[in-house]
Amino acid sequence: MTGATGAQGGRPLSAPGVCSQINSESPSATRHVACQSGANPGLVPAALELRGLGKRFERPAVVDLDLSVPPGEFYALLGPNGAGKTTTLRMVTGLLRPDQGSIAVYGLDARADPIGAKRIMAWVSDEPMIYEKLTPIEYLDFVAGLWAVDADHAMRQSRDLLAALDLTPYADERCERLSKGMRQKLVLAGALVHEPRLIVLDEPFTGLDAGSAHVVKALLRERIQAGCSVIMATHVLDAAERMADRIGVMASGTLIADGTLDELRRQAGAGHASLEDTFLALVAQDASGP
Amino acid sequence: MSGPGSFAWFARHEARLAWRDWLSLMTAGHRRRARSVAIGFIVFVLFAHGLAWLMLATSGNLDGAADKRVLAVITGTLVLSWSLMLSQAIESVTRAFYARGDLELILTSPASSSRLFAVRIVAMAVTIVFMALVMGAPFINVLAWRGGARWLGGYVAAVALAMDAVAVAVLIAVALFRAVGPRRTRGIAQIIAAVIGAAFVIGMQFAAILSTGTLPRMAARQWAGLVRHAPDSVSAIWWPARAVLGGPAAMAALLGVAIVAISTAIWLVAPRFGQFALAAADMSRRSTRHGRRHARFHQASPAQALRRKEWILLWRDPWLMSQTLTQLLYLLPAAFLLWRNFYQGGSATALLVPILIVAAGQLGGGLAWLAVSGEDAPDLIASAPLRANRVLHAKTEAVLGGIALIFCPFVAILAIAAPRAALVALAGVGIAAGSATAIQYWFRSQAKRSLFRRRQTSSRIATFAEALSSMGWAGTGALAATGTWLAVIPGVITGAIIAGAWLISPARGTSLN
Repeated sequence: MTGATGAQGGRPLSAPGVCSQINSESPSATRHVACQSGANPGLVPAALELRGLGKRFERPAVVDLDLSVPPGEFYALLGPNGAGKTTTLRMVTGLLRPDQGSIAVYGLDARADPIGAKRIMAWVSDEPMIYEKLTPIEYLDFVAGLWAVDADHAMRQSRDLLAALDLTPYADERCERLSKGMRQKLVLAGALVHEPRLIVLDEPFTGLDAGSAHVVKALLRERIQAGCSVIMATHVLDAAERMADRIGVMASGTLIADGTLDELRRQAGAGHASLEDTFLALVAQDASGP
Repeated sequence: MSGPGSFAWFARHEARLAWRDWLSLMTAGHRRRARSVAIGFIVFVLFAHGLAWLMLATSGNLDGAADKRVLAVITGTLVLSWSLMLSQAIESVTRAFYARGDLELILTSPASSSRLFAVRIVAMAVTIVFMALVMGAPFINVLAWRGGARWLGGYVAAVALAMDAVAVAVLIAVALFRAVGPRRTRGIAQIIAAVIGAAFVIGMQFAAILSTGTLPRMAARQWAGLVRHAPDSVSAIWWPARAVLGGPAAMAALLGVAIVAISTAIWLVAPRFGQFALAAADMSRRSTRHGRRHARFHQASPAQALRRKEWILLWRDPWLMSQTLTQLLYLLPAAFLLWRNFYQGGSATALLVPILIVAAGQLGGGLAWLAVSGEDAPDLIASAPLRANRVLHAKTEAVLGGIALIFCPFVAILAIAAPRAALVALAGVGIAAGSATAIQYWFRSQAKRSLFRRRQTSSRIATFAEALSSMGWAGTGALAATGTWLAVIPGVITGAIIAGAWLISPARGTSLN
């Protein structure tokens, strides 16, 4: 096997010669499988690799999207409303079925083995996925159960996360009494309790005050330092500018720019402009394009 | 008079919202269905009148003078109907207290909020009147057709009783707010509403038991005794009945009392309605601890985690608790029958089987909707490393486990009196609950749990299929309990209904993975 291919798309999932794979049979263990002939064992597969990804509703939402996020990278996905960011992320997490293309998570074909891919991923959307009648502790216990995390380990993790997110005083209250920001932080705690390797975030700062946003950013940075990868769609350009290693700009379902902030500035011909000016210039360029 | 902020202006606003809400409820948001809804309404009206005609066919002397026996029958019917109106009114009022909706918009605007809340209390009365007339109008019309126009007084009585019911409901809700605070009011009010509503159904069941001759001697004795000891026919206690019979003074008195009652409720509560609603909203923000601190995490498989989550949520669902309580109360007459049968001997145990099966089907459908469609975090479940069929299995187990917990004690008691009937009941309860769960799964559409009351709007077919399935299995169980092979016929028909539901369901052709 020289590069796994997506279920629909014909392009290789990983860089040529890479076929590192994660065994998804065991719920508690993920195991990298050595490559076969032609593989390069020295290369680590991308945390996320999208090839020719496409999705159409009434009109095309995502068109032939290629995108790669290396391990340990914080990738920010920007774009105007309706650019296709959320659709892309929902396809990555298995919440939407792509019409075409391939998705690989750490070399694992997410379309062929969605369960295996989900096991190492976490999803946080701007709408807190929460149960009003559960307490934060019960919620985290439930999420840990879904990912089959060892109970003692999950409890320790949960306590640390609740403390880091200033939620400890509310740990035994029902979620219906939490503010939107607290709910959002709890959802983030739920996403981290099973220690995912790829964290997929869609507008995670919605409803967070400045202090909470600061705490969340610190927590995400910690995870990146621990080897995690993050892909985040956001409209908060300041957060993207401060946190992201690389930034992608989507418009009309396609990736119109991708690179570090300096690379984006060069592409936009924006000199030392802020990310906001660079972003606006790139979107304007795309709108006035051929 | 009708400028912005006036009563008329608020009334117009509320009427428009109520109309659109009702239309959306009937058509499930599809404007094209309005014609079908209109046709369905006409069919329902004709059917209801036909049913009323049949039920009143044997009632003689509808145009003669009313004796104490007739007055007692009418009064009994009014008491039962009023219990249902009061139950609905308590629910409406409590819901209004706890709905945030446009509360902040109203209270931060310079318009008089007490006017709007007065309009809302009147709107509740109108809704209850409408519901009362939907049920009562066919009977009143048939009575007027056969017994003369004087029976049209039933309309006046219905309107007056509905106004009384709303006034009493408002006062009960306020009294609860003051006595037990906003946190407990909702739960207690729901239980009170369930108990009062159940009184109507229980009363109807007793009436059915008595009229079908299951307890003929006792019934006749008790009924004669009741009428003999009832006050004289000139007593004020019969005024509501006399109003139904078209007595002008009684009608005026009944309506007068109702107007005074609703006006008093509005006068007392409308200016404070906002405060109550704010207190209710504030309650949801106030912190309270639940459960043990630092509770241990559970070592669980994903399926176990799902089952536990479903059980916790079902246990903490206030609607479900009141619904379950109601279902259990509905079984009271049946339990009474079983008790008598056990001590006096007889074959009435067979009557219990269909009651248990219908209750299990109804409750199973509700539980299944909450577990399957009413998932508040669908993305969380979908993004978890679990196959869809494992999620379904875990949720089904949670539902059927809950049903087993509720119905097994009844079946166990039945088994002491009639093992064969208990066996049939056990099978029927399982099949009815399983069928309702399957139908809910085939017609599932993701919604918030809080939308439970409107679950019927997502699929009328599912609603009818669920009801027909419960009744069909009940009929099958009833016949099977008597040992006749004729049970096969309703069994096959019910099976065909469920198969038909599957064939036209959106789930057909989709696979679980």
